[in-house]
Amino acid sequence: MIITNKTVKYIIHALLLVCGFIWIYPFIWMVLASVKSNNEFIMSNNPLPESLNWDNYTRAWIDASFSGYFMNTVIMTVATVAIVVILSALTGYALGRVNFPGRKAVIIAVVGVMFIPKGYTIIPLYQLVEQLGMTNSLAGVIVAEASGAHTLFILLFTSYFATMPKELEEAAIMDGCGFVRTFYRVMLPLAKPIIATTVIMQFIWTWSSFLIPTVLTISKPELRTLAVGMQNFVGQHSTDWSGMAAGATISLLPVIIVFILMQRYFIEGVAGAVKQ
Amino acid sequence: MAASKTNKTNLTKSWNRWAVVFLMPQTIVFFGLSLYPIIMSYVYSFYSWDGASPLDDFVGLSNYVELFQTPRFWGSFLHTIYYVFGTTIIAVGVSLILAVILNTKQFKGKAFYRTIYFLPVVTTTAIIGVIMNNIFGVNGLVNQTIQTIGIIQQPVPWLSDSSLAMLILIAVGAWKSLGMNMIYWLSGLQSIPTELYESAQLDGAGFWRTLFHVTLPLLKPILAVILLLSIVNGMHAFDLVKTLTNGDPYNSTETLDLYVFNYAFGGGTDGTISRMGYASAAGVMLGIFTLIISVIFGGLNMLTQRKSNKHANGRVI
Repeated sequence: MIITNKTVKYIIHALLLVCGFIWIYPFIWMVLASVKSNNEFIMSNNPLPESLNWDNYTRAWIDASFSGYFMNTVIMTVATVAIVVILSALTGYALGRVNFPGRKAVIIAVVGVMFIPKGYTIIPLYQLVEQLGMTNSLAGVIVAEASGAHTLFILLFTSYFATMPKELEEAAIMDGCGFVRTFYRVMLPLAKPIIATTVIMQFIWTWSSFLIPTVLTISKPELRTLAVGMQNFVGQHSTDWSGMAAGATISLLPVIIVFILMQRYFIEGVAGAVKQ
Repeated sequence: MAASKTNKTNLTKSWNRWAVVFLMPQTIVFFGLSLYPIIMSYVYSFYSWDGASPLDDFVGLSNYVELFQTPRFWGSFLHTIYYVFGTTIIAVGVSLILAVILNTKQFKGKAFYRTIYFLPVVTTTAIIGVIMNNIFGVNGLVNQTIQTIGIIQQPVPWLSDSSLAMLILIAVGAWKSLGMNMIYWLSGLQSIPTELYESAQLDGAGFWRTLFHVTLPLLKPILAVILLLSIVNGMHAFDLVKTLTNGDPYNSTETLDLYVFNYAFGGGTDGTISRMGYASAAGVMLGIFTLIISVIFGGLNMLTQRKSNKHANGRVI
């Protein structure tokens, strides 16, 4: 469809720009507030800061232990993403390239688990992690985070590997590559777009995860992630508004940057999800 | 020839064996970390259990009976319905308008607008909750702004009035998920062949006629999918509700999954004891409600698709 009328076009642009500014104003507000002093934050109506107060960041980073939260979040996210990529690539490769007996049953299980009504699975997960003796380290959080069925990613890898030409495989076998070498030398490098989609989507999900780290670090404040640690500002630190804004900026900036740089893969993944 | 045949079967055999090896890790995760917790989430719901002592007090259905007799549970059910329908109507409706604009040909700045409106989707919900709690606070940004402009004299109690708090929750939820629906719509719009638009233009159809007679009818199948995703998504709003209102004031914004959390990990109403069994029963009910809605929408989706198929077939004949 084409909008031909020039005036209409300008009006639409103006509307989109004004609404867009309001749309992302909470983020702009957050960044501006993070460099104001607490006094200025409460008293002044001027949206722009009078001067740059970087000590809000020092306070959040050191006093409110955001340095620890940040490291925990990075470790949790990187480990979870790595596990999920490896698991779903291996599974997708077996399902996409090998017509082994029982292949259909595996696919049905992978898709079917999405349709089983789940109860409150965080309670058994918590119990399981406790029984495995993992509550004292981030390992427990990582195991719980990687616990999904990864249906979307497995299906993406399966259909991608299935479309690769047989000649590639035959050539690799001719060169003396076995099954495993063919996979990681020839096939896996070709699946870069799917790997990228998986990495980006899982990165954003895990970084933002809240329930699992909340429950698994309920008695372990030193293992908390950014999303969980941020809640400190709601209760006891609730007077430190600009510290809160600095903490929020520290937490949100990495996802926003990753998203803006790699949004093509993320949006393709989302669009792929609705088509599946 | 016989030799190559045995070679091939050997190869198939070894490949099948490798396939099993490749499937092993995910299989262990699947049974241990996906299926086992799902099964246990049902098992726990039949016990009276605090989460720490041994699981030996089997109580049958009494957790469920108690649940059905608790007004607070039905209240949280109602709040979930409000939230789900509020966010779905706003986010799915408005995102369609955005997607239609961003899908028009020769419209500059598409990628820029898409990034802007999609941004809230990728940001951490639990942190958005804290930020919004501040923005809508009594002395927060919104009250400051409208007081400065002079619309009101007294600050509006956005989060301490029950109906207003629910409205804010819905507004923020819709804001957060609108970009996602926009991408869904765009992927639906892009699957419409451009020839259809061209022939509509040849027939002299303007923007609105094309929209109502070509575009929207063709989006019907994807509407069902988007509605379903939006509803299921809205059933699980824990991150936002917990951090934005925490169910306040007086549990008037407590949704089902916050209710479950409060009984499992927050001590429920009367203090300190976790009621894992009771919470599990509430969790099962949440899962069943979600399933019922999914089945209804799945059925509707199939019906509309069958209808449109019939329609298309009729036209060909």
